[in-house]
Amino acid sequence: MDLHKLSIDATRTAIQERKTTAFALAEACYARIQKEDGQIGAFLTLSKDRALEQADRIDRMAAEGKQLPPLGGVPVAIKDVMVTRGVRSTAGSKILDNFIPPYDCTAVARLESAGAVVLGKTNCDEFAMGSSNENSGFHPVHNPRDLSRVPGGSSGGSAAAVAADMAVAALGSDTGGSIRQPASFCGVVGLMPTYGRVSRYGLIAFASSLDHIGPLTKTVSDAALVLRTIAGRDPMDATSVDLPVPDYVAELEKPVRGLKIGVAKEYFGEGLDDEVRHAVESAIDKLKSVGCEIVPVSLPHTRYAIPTYYLIATAEASANLARYDGVRYGRRANGVKTLPEMYRRSRDEGFGAEVKRRIMLGTYALSAGYYDAYYLKAQKVRTLLAQDFKEAFRTVDAIVTPTAPTAAFRLGEKSNDPLAMYLADIYTVTADLVGIPGISVPCGVTKEKLPIGLQILGKHFDESTILRVAHGYEQAA
Amino acid sequence: MKVSEKDVAYVAELANLELTVQERDAMLHDLNSILDYIDLLNELDTSTVPPMAQVSTHEYASQEKKHAIPCDASGEDILEGLRPSLPQDLALANAPDADGTFFRVPKVIER
Repeated sequence: MDLHKLSIDATRTAIQERKTTAFALAEACYARIQKEDGQIGAFLTLSKDRALEQADRIDRMAAEGKQLPPLGGVPVAIKDVMVTRGVRSTAGSKILDNFIPPYDCTAVARLESAGAVVLGKTNCDEFAMGSSNENSGFHPVHNPRDLSRVPGGSSGGSAAAVAADMAVAALGSDTGGSIRQPASFCGVVGLMPTYGRVSRYGLIAFASSLDHIGPLTKTVSDAALVLRTIAGRDPMDATSVDLPVPDYVAELEKPVRGLKIGVAKEYFGEGLDDEVRHAVESAIDKLKSVGCEIVPVSLPHTRYAIPTYYLIATAEASANLARYDGVRYGRRANGVKTLPEMYRRSRDEGFGAEVKRRIMLGTYALSAGYYDAYYLKAQKVRTLLAQDFKEAFRTVDAIVTPTAPTAAFRLGEKSNDPLAMYLADIYTVTADLVGIPGISVPCGVTKEKLPIGLQILGKHFDESTILRVAHGYEQAA
Repeated sequence: MKVSEKDVAYVAELANLELTVQERDAMLHDLNSILDYIDLLNELDTSTVPPMAQVSTHEYASQEKKHAIPCDASGEDILEGLRPSLPQDLALANAPDADGTFFRVPKVIER
């Protein structure tokens, strides 16, 4: 039995039935990390003591014949933007190099309460700002499918850890596509829930009106199970919504026949790679063959999403990252004489180039005289983007698009051109701006065997439908 | 060019960044190129469009819970009620410099 290729449910069942132990499984994952991760670079910190203690607890339950919780003994990896009590949490930044959080992120705590074994913290672009993982303050991540390629970003470490069987599932965060795009590049499933569906308490903030936590998994069913575990109102996050959490796993059983699936021409225009186009069109045909009705829709403001995103995300980031001042936690520069010098030098030394670029752009966009022209304008265009989807969802249940315009690109290919890098998120940013859920599911490979992702977007709080469509496609493919 | 060297220096000061000469040159180039791209938004007439103020389409907490909370300022964020704060030793544990009671910083006031 190849344990690290198991799904969540099969893992829990194997432990429940005493075919293996959670402890042995965690050890097997660490052995695989030891062997593989030198060349991939997915992990920044391993939380071995915490993992083995939890594994032991699960094994005792299994030995006593108790029913294991839904993720009992399942080894998971956590993107390092989520804080973990007593385990170093860096957000991929040198400025938090030595930060040991005093509390747990709610999503992580909920996974652990459901029995998950947290193996460690995964690499990411610094403060989740990037689309290739090359902006990590520590080292880049290499795509396990082709080591010369990027894994995508910013949750590249989480996607790579799952793709390379170093963890059964992972948590990532998505602000402009950071779960779905790396899922697409690494050939795994990545789900961004609706804004407000999952608590962000303990998520190191990038852009608060855009940040989401969600799962990266091997199957759609696993994504549904993780979402069911982490979703729901949390008193610690005022933006988490008090709506009942459906049983997303049970909902997968509903048929997809008769669902109306929208296809928007704006997502198939200039810049889309031919192989990706072909794979996505084949996937649409497949959905049609299982009884979905394909309906053309229009999302006319799509081309304005990237410029809108780069104003709102950077403006919010400039405010959120003002807290790194070298006073309460994080890096402080040595040998400084005055307080302003301490702030500036600590931030200069601690932040990388992309983070500084975004802080500068965001500060500029919010500065006196420019607020109306930039930030306010962007928030108005955001309303137009939301109206596009509201209109489209009058006639369809879900919308399918490519997740990214290309398959994984090479390390170094775009790292000197910020604008070219920003366009890697062209099909994903809109869902973040509008607050709707989206999932990326593998839909074939290029001639060079690089994975391609199909994105399915849904209505607010209707994760059930996009999971169902993704599951229906996955089963048919 | 939208952004001048002077603007870069001013914005860096607002953002509490110093930036090296090379970083300032790169920033001048990058900000101008990104802002040129952002000009795309000017194609749209948004004079009658309201700015988005809330991302979520739902109330964040149920009305029932809102009414259950007394209207004091500290209850504003956490509708379900107040919570204990972080113990002092934990709050100070990550400080680059602390004396056991306070965070220590370089002198702010000259005498």
